[in-house]
Amino acid sequence: MNENIIASAAIFKKKNNARNKIVQNTGFAILLLCIIITILFLGSIIYFVGVNGIKIMSWEFLTAPPRKAMTAGGIGPAIVGTFYLTIGAILFSLPLGLSCAIYLSEYSPKSIAVNVIRLSINNLAGVPSVVFGLFGLFVFVDYFHFGVSILSGSLTLGILVLPGIISASQEALMAIPQSLREASLALGATQWQTIKRIVLPAALPGILTGVILSIGRAAGETAPILFTAATFYARGYPDSALSETMALPYHIYALMTEGTHPEKQTMIAYGSALTLLILVLLISALAIIIRQRQRNKMV
Amino acid sequence: MEDLKVRIARIQIENVNFYYGSNHVLKNVNLHIYENKVTAIIGPSGCGKSTLIRLFNRMNDLVPVSHVEGTILLDGKDINAPGVDVVDIRRRVGMVFQKPNPFPKSIYDNLAYGLRINGINDKGTIEQKVTESLKRAALWDEVKDRLNDSALRLSGGQQQRLCIARCLAVEPEVILFDEPCASLDPISTKKIEELIQELEKYYTIIIVTHNMQQAARVSDYTAFMYLGELIEFGTTEKLFTVPRDKRTEDYITGKFG
Repeated sequence: MNENIIASAAIFKKKNNARNKIVQNTGFAILLLCIIITILFLGSIIYFVGVNGIKIMSWEFLTAPPRKAMTAGGIGPAIVGTFYLTIGAILFSLPLGLSCAIYLSEYSPKSIAVNVIRLSINNLAGVPSVVFGLFGLFVFVDYFHFGVSILSGSLTLGILVLPGIISASQEALMAIPQSLREASLALGATQWQTIKRIVLPAALPGILTGVILSIGRAAGETAPILFTAATFYARGYPDSALSETMALPYHIYALMTEGTHPEKQTMIAYGSALTLLILVLLISALAIIIRQRQRNKMV
Repeated sequence: MEDLKVRIARIQIENVNFYYGSNHVLKNVNLHIYENKVTAIIGPSGCGKSTLIRLFNRMNDLVPVSHVEGTILLDGKDINAPGVDVVDIRRRVGMVFQKPNPFPKSIYDNLAYGLRINGINDKGTIEQKVTESLKRAALWDEVKDRLNDSALRLSGGQQQRLCIARCLAVEPEVILFDEPCASLDPISTKKIEELIQELEKYYTIIIVTHNMQQAARVSDYTAFMYLGELIEFGTTEKLFTVPRDKRTEDYITGKFG
């Protein structure tokens, strides 16, 4: 009797093990497939942009202004314009967003009002970018008389990426263990000293991840700069924050929707797209290097 | 208890009640902490012993919807009186926490931090105090060649001694230990206990522990707490050999915990 029970238990176990193994292997196979599909998409984007874009790459293409109704020449002013717009957007949104995040996660009392503010900020992230463009047109271009300019475009892009910067910073700050804050306060540090010297440095890598994502977003958006900064064609480089500017994403859009020589324009569009990718990578690299340095300091 | 009266109380707690929301966490606690002595606070989990010592450096200020009643005197002065600078209290009353919590900085910067925030910027002075503190915390020999390494690379026991050294660097008068060995192995625990007995010469020490052997080994006085009340206080020797209260006796003999 007893032996029977043991024997049947052993069989049961065996059956179960075999089944579990099949389930597990199937599960892993599906996960692997998902990864492969994702990499395939990512790879083919880079491949198409790279292969088509590289053909037209030259020093002249990168530095010269466009010629012959955009069918020849280069994209120099657009590169410079996108660079200025992106840096301007970060310079505006990082200090503002980080300050908001510090207030919300370190100082604000836990109340309904603060929760409403938090929720509104998150919702702001879901607003379509063309709405920000319209807002920028009314507020910065018209009301503040900044005109269609790098300044108006930077501020509009800055507001666009602000929610992302705030939530990334807030999450980074909240991930810092309370025990570090207590350790600092227990030594006689004020709350501000604790935030500035302990919490912020520890949260910096997370904050910079938010900045890196924002750089990509700001550099690539077309709609917010459509009415606030971008111009279809510029003969030379922008010479002040109040001058209008060419920008890579808008340039690509214009090349593909206007003009009379689609075959030539498509090549220039691919070249511009490749340049945009590389530009975003270069600006992000700076943030990535700072982030890595900070991480190394802490381990 | 007669021999207690001749000493100067460094901290006096009079009729202290602490509320967390509607929870009455500490009930009418009276206690004297003596200078240059180690006082242990023992009791089962949730009896309020950690809450009590966190009142001594006003760490409970950080706890929302809480309030304290009664007086806590540090050298005769009420630390909760209006106009008292909480930063000053926390510099005078240092704290070592249950889990080692070094900053994600170098060993050197962990110690220099407390000095810098208190306005000491002279490199020579900082270096000297860092060295002295590490020596006093019995960590110097192990880290003297790698002061610029991250503190997170130290072992758990070393990290805890670093936290003690960090606390010593700002020259406190009282040190609060909140279950300092709870996350440490027996060898590290022994080192911390020896250190506490050594530090007794220079500081007034209060240690919260749920380990009765530890209380017996390191302390001169012991307070037993139960359900938010201070049940019994006396010299460690008397409390562990001839407890007056039935609950104290039951606790130290292991009838409940």
